[in-house]
Amino acid sequence: MRDIEKDLHTEHMVINMGPSHPVTHGTVKFLVTLDGETIVDLKVEIGYLHRGFEKMCENGTWQQVIPYTDRLNYVSPLINNVGYALAVEKLIGIDVPERCKYIRVIACELSRIADHLTNVAAGGLELGAFTAFLYFVEARELVWDLIEMLSGARVTTNYVRIGGLKNDLPEGFSEKTRDVFKRVRVLWKDVDHLLTKNRVFIDRVRDVAVLPADEAIALVFTGPCLRACGVPYDVRKAQPYLVYDRMDFEVPIGDTGDNFDKYLVRMEEILQSMRIVEQAMEQLPSGPINIDMPQYRWQSKDDIGSRIDSLIFHFKTVIDGIKPPPGEVYLAVEGGNGELGFYLVSDGTGKPYKCRVRPPSFPLTAAMSRLMKGRLIADIVPTFDMINMIGGECDR
Amino acid sequence: MIADLIESLAKIIFIFTVNLGFFAPVLGWVERKQSALIQDRIGANRADILGFTVIGLFHSLADAVKVLTKEDFIPAGANKFFHTMAPFISLVPAIAAFSVIPFGGKYTVFGHEVHLVIADLDVGILFVFALASLSTFGVVLAGWSSRSNWSLMGGLRASAQMLSYEVAMGLTIIGIIMVFGSLKLTEIGAAQENFFRWGIFLQPVGFILFLTCAIAENKRVPFDIPEAESELVAGYFTEYSGLKFVMFWMGEFLEIVTISGMVTTLFFGAWHLPFVTDQMLLDFFQFAGPNGAGILAMLVNIATFFGKVVFFIWLQMAIRWTLPRFRYDQIMRLCWKMILPISLINILVTGLVLLI
Amino acid sequence: MNASVTLNRLAERFPGSIIDTHSHRGDDTAVVKREDIRAICAFLREDEGLLYNFMMDLTAVDYLGQEPRFEVVYHLYSLKYNRRVRIKVRVPESDCFIDSVVPVWPCANWFEREVFDLYGVSFNDHPEMRRILLYEGFEGHPLRKDYPIKKRQPLIGPIN
Repeated sequence: MRDIEKDLHTEHMVINMGPSHPVTHGTVKFLVTLDGETIVDLKVEIGYLHRGFEKMCENGTWQQVIPYTDRLNYVSPLINNVGYALAVEKLIGIDVPERCKYIRVIACELSRIADHLTNVAAGGLELGAFTAFLYFVEARELVWDLIEMLSGARVTTNYVRIGGLKNDLPEGFSEKTRDVFKRVRVLWKDVDHLLTKNRVFIDRVRDVAVLPADEAIALVFTGPCLRACGVPYDVRKAQPYLVYDRMDFEVPIGDTGDNFDKYLVRMEEILQSMRIVEQAMEQLPSGPINIDMPQYRWQSKDDIGSRIDSLIFHFKTVIDGIKPPPGEVYLAVEGGNGELGFYLVSDGTGKPYKCRVRPPSFPLTAAMSRLMKGRLIADIVPTFDMINMIGGECDR
Repeated sequence: MIADLIESLAKIIFIFTVNLGFFAPVLGWVERKQSALIQDRIGANRADILGFTVIGLFHSLADAVKVLTKEDFIPAGANKFFHTMAPFISLVPAIAAFSVIPFGGKYTVFGHEVHLVIADLDVGILFVFALASLSTFGVVLAGWSSRSNWSLMGGLRASAQMLSYEVAMGLTIIGIIMVFGSLKLTEIGAAQENFFRWGIFLQPVGFILFLTCAIAENKRVPFDIPEAESELVAGYFTEYSGLKFVMFWMGEFLEIVTISGMVTTLFFGAWHLPFVTDQMLLDFFQFAGPNGAGILAMLVNIATFFGKVVFFIWLQMAIRWTLPRFRYDQIMRLCWKMILPISLINILVTGLVLLI
Repeated sequence: MNASVTLNRLAERFPGSIIDTHSHRGDDTAVVKREDIRAICAFLREDEGLLYNFMMDLTAVDYLGQEPRFEVVYHLYSLKYNRRVRIKVRVPESDCFIDSVVPVWPCANWFEREVFDLYGVSFNDHPEMRRILLYEGFEGHPLRKDYPIKKRQPLIGPIN
């Protein structure tokens, strides 16, 4: 066969899984060179959703960046909000009250649940398990109901402020959380029965995109993809921020790094996040949610309307922006996809000098060509989905 | 002579109406509503005429109107003749295959013997398989003539998959043929009068293999890689719109009906009710006189047959909405390394049991 | 003290290369010379006491008005010792080149392409030095401070 093949004139087919394609959610282009159905080469092109986040941040005040951060990882916006606010607070050198920290943890974990639900649902959808998708979309709707109760919006939450939060927990939040989590656990079990032991699903995702741990570290994987490869790195445990050191939760670690491990890690993290939210709701102290420093965080509207110093600070911080002292800082939080880092440079004025986001899915998308060499084109589907590239975050 | 002609015409019109007029639109509705029930949602229920939404049945009518009024384009540079011909080649075998499937037995009505099958061929089973092979051409032509890499990939996958599963399907049936000793579907159906002679008890392995191969042949999930929605946009019919697109879909739905018909005939007693022989049925309807009894027995059998067909349609739909889809090399491996050897062993065991 | 271990070891090993260090808000930072960057990065990754195997981030800052103008910033993390360090290198505008660290951490490939795309700093020995986030016909490097935010680009047509 080999010597016959030498005489046959065959070409590799170049196929373009272009920016608008059902599987490339997040607008990414794959230029796939195929030999039959085997992938010989895969080139990834991103940048279709580049909106100039950093340039826009440099053009507004420090507080005006927060709505932009919603749109980075738009399936878990509260984590972006919290990360940025924490980074600015580290730059200023202030610490928020206890109640604010607990509510921020609740917000982060709710967002993380929504992110993982979306990702596993999309995985099921792309592989043809339409029913699993719709069950998890129902679960996500319930979690979004909670987020809407909290912040007023489902996706573009704009909830966290530098030095505090926009508003406190609404009435009836803990009862609603209990009901929602009961239903989400039922749906989780349903999807677990549908997919985890399903021979067809396992055949599609097991042993696809295997990556040894040291190569994963060299490619700077973080988050569930890294933990699926067996590396126990989670920013919430390694360098705890907010009140994660008081929470009792486990971080699931995988074995081989294939898509099945990534799926299992994400499914387990949904349950662990629900545990964290329940513990936070129990331990929630009472108290203020905003720090009492009017040059960084406004006082209440009553004060602004009646006291002259509050009014002056409010005016100055809105017009000029808050003024962190000059310096630079890097802070990492655990996003839905991995380590979400904020690198902020301040020159003492009200506008950021540099506001850099370290996107967790940027190196993951870069690794696609390494993962996909030699596999079939049908393997792009579960791999790219389990990497969970979010266009808003990768391209900014 | 005239009676024969009228009888044939009536049968053709009946099957045509049932298939194209009833099953094709209703299957679209069933797909929507059954998937909605499984997925805990309501499904399409907006189409209404004069304010009556008959639980969404009018959507099929709306689909028909939409499809007939859509622009019908052929991509630039595509082979016009093949592009237009492909959906026909795909649709016609699906309809024609139903002509050999019996939906009732033999009855004497008004002195005339009526066989409830359009064409009682001696090689009934082979005819169905031959038509299934023909529909492969439609798919491959569609993929090739669309001048798009994605359609080409869908066509390639389809050709490999359908060819492999035809071979396997033929082998799985040999067990049944050996047991009943005939290729005529009417004879196989008639031989299942006794409940314990139903094909499912005689050839359980053959049933499972045949159902798998038939679903694979039909390109339904979990074997729908030729039209894999998330990988190939729509596979081999990406570049189709309007009526031609719907012809592919109708071909698929009608093949579901054909498969259900085949499975019912071969394995589930065709038109017989369990534990009820033909004579018992005629005796039961004695009050209507000999002609009336014949007609009533005919109707009961037709209803039984279509009831079983509906059950298998429901089963295939349920499978579709539960399982994810296979990868291409896994489908090939399933066919050649698992189904083929098992069906050969099945033939061997059946032969041994028959000899003993 | 945990914080200064990295900076001390770096100062021992490369005494002439370190221009400045600080630990503002607990982040260890070292400003180093451009020529030694690849050697320093290799040392940071391989030294037994440091083992910075994660290159978390590679970015640049434009200090318009200062000379040298650009500052390329590397954020590193050590999994074993759970430490972070920031390495900064100043690059002048007139000679806007720096050695690529792709041989040390393969992931730097895309990060360096992004810095080139948005700031114009070119990396020597990079396997594929071209734009990543912006399209090929884009003129200019938008994150530079002298690129006006409302600047328009020439219209481009379809590629073929």
